[in-house]
Amino acid sequence: MEVPILKQGEYLIATFQAALSDADLNQLRSGLVQQVVKLRSRGVIVDVTAMDVMDSFASRTLREIAHMIRLRGAVTVIVGIQPEVAFAMVQLGLTLEDVATALDLEEGLAYLNQKFKNTH
Amino acid sequence: MTKRNETARETMALPNQNVELGRSEAPSELLRELVAHLRQNRTQLREEWVVRITETRLLTAMTKEEIFAEATSVYDSYVEALETEAFEALQAYARNLSERIIPRGVETHEVVGIVLLLRDVLARSLFAKYQTDFKKLNRILDAYEPAANRIANTVAVGFVQERERVIRQQQEAIRELSTPVLQVRERLLILPIIGVIDPQRARQLTEQLLRGIRTNRAKVVVIDITGVAAMDLTVANNLVQTVEASRLLGATVIVTGLSPEIAQTLVTIGVDLGKMNTVGDLQGGIEQAERLLGYKVAALAEPQ
Repeated sequence: MEVPILKQGEYLIATFQAALSDADLNQLRSGLVQQVVKLRSRGVIVDVTAMDVMDSFASRTLREIAHMIRLRGAVTVIVGIQPEVAFAMVQLGLTLEDVATALDLEEGLAYLNQKFKNTH
Repeated sequence: MTKRNETARETMALPNQNVELGRSEAPSELLRELVAHLRQNRTQLREEWVVRITETRLLTAMTKEEIFAEATSVYDSYVEALETEAFEALQAYARNLSERIIPRGVETHEVVGIVLLLRDVLARSLFAKYQTDFKKLNRILDAYEPAANRIANTVAVGFVQERERVIRQQQEAIRELSTPVLQVRERLLILPIIGVIDPQRARQLTEQLLRGIRTNRAKVVVIDITGVAAMDLTVANNLVQTVEASRLLGATVIVTGLSPEIAQTLVTIGVDLGKMNTVGDLQGGIEQAERLLGYKVAALAEPQ
């Protein structure tokens, strides 16, 4: 199932709807990396609230997305990781180092707004 | 000795073949005779047993009167178990006894010791009684020893089971007392950890904290480990995992109250503390958390 990418002001928001296949994840990655410059976005929020399992591939893809988007000149925030998922992830050593995280969409937006507050 | 044990086993396994084996009495009859002997000499044997208990310095946690009272009931249950060969009553009594004496610090070796002493005292009285008739003594011992061993076994197992039950209960209690996740300010949680952290508790702590972060929408968490005496590699890794998992939920963790010993241990075992944000004491931790959250605490007036 393809993940829709929504434009909200200066930000892009991608919300996972359900468990995604590896192909969907790859598609999301290329979609986001293309759109972020095309739509002149400064921030990207990936909402994973609906994911109840996070395997190593998904975790690596999220990290790659964040790194690629940084190279394209924007900031990524991963939001909505469930407590159980977070616990399982750290046990597997998937800690999404140097990727910003926030509790939910609202917090993610607040994080980006804070970050860009002085540059308006 | 070996021969006697063999015959004892035969007696247990093939109780109905005794007649064919040329025995003059069935073991049940021998047991009856034995029980009668033990009943008859109850006072004297019991006294002797209590003296032996005191001599060997068992049950030092109990007074002489208490030992005597317990000895009487143990003796009666013992004889009854020999007579009826029903061990349920004895088992229940052993459990009940254990329940009473465990809180007073009676050790396993003492309980096993007193039962073995009683077994010894009774065996000696049998030797004394049948010393003229060696064949009869042998047969009596054949009947007595397996039963006595079973009794000793039952009491010891009952005691150990009761102890394990108490330990389990206490573990449960500790787990329930475990650790509260407290909100001190909007978006600021504290988690004071006291006592020993084992992997199970660490897991529970982490789960509790993550749920707390979600429900309180916390941005900063202060974990205070002033009350943790020691930390090993596993626990340190658990702590690092807790910090990382909290970050995945968007919360920053500040660890406070690392004692000099723990600091030294962590450095010696080389735990990666790069991701941990540490402050000396809880007060400092809360102050830093407030700074991160943009709070400014100011006194409104001079303290009274």
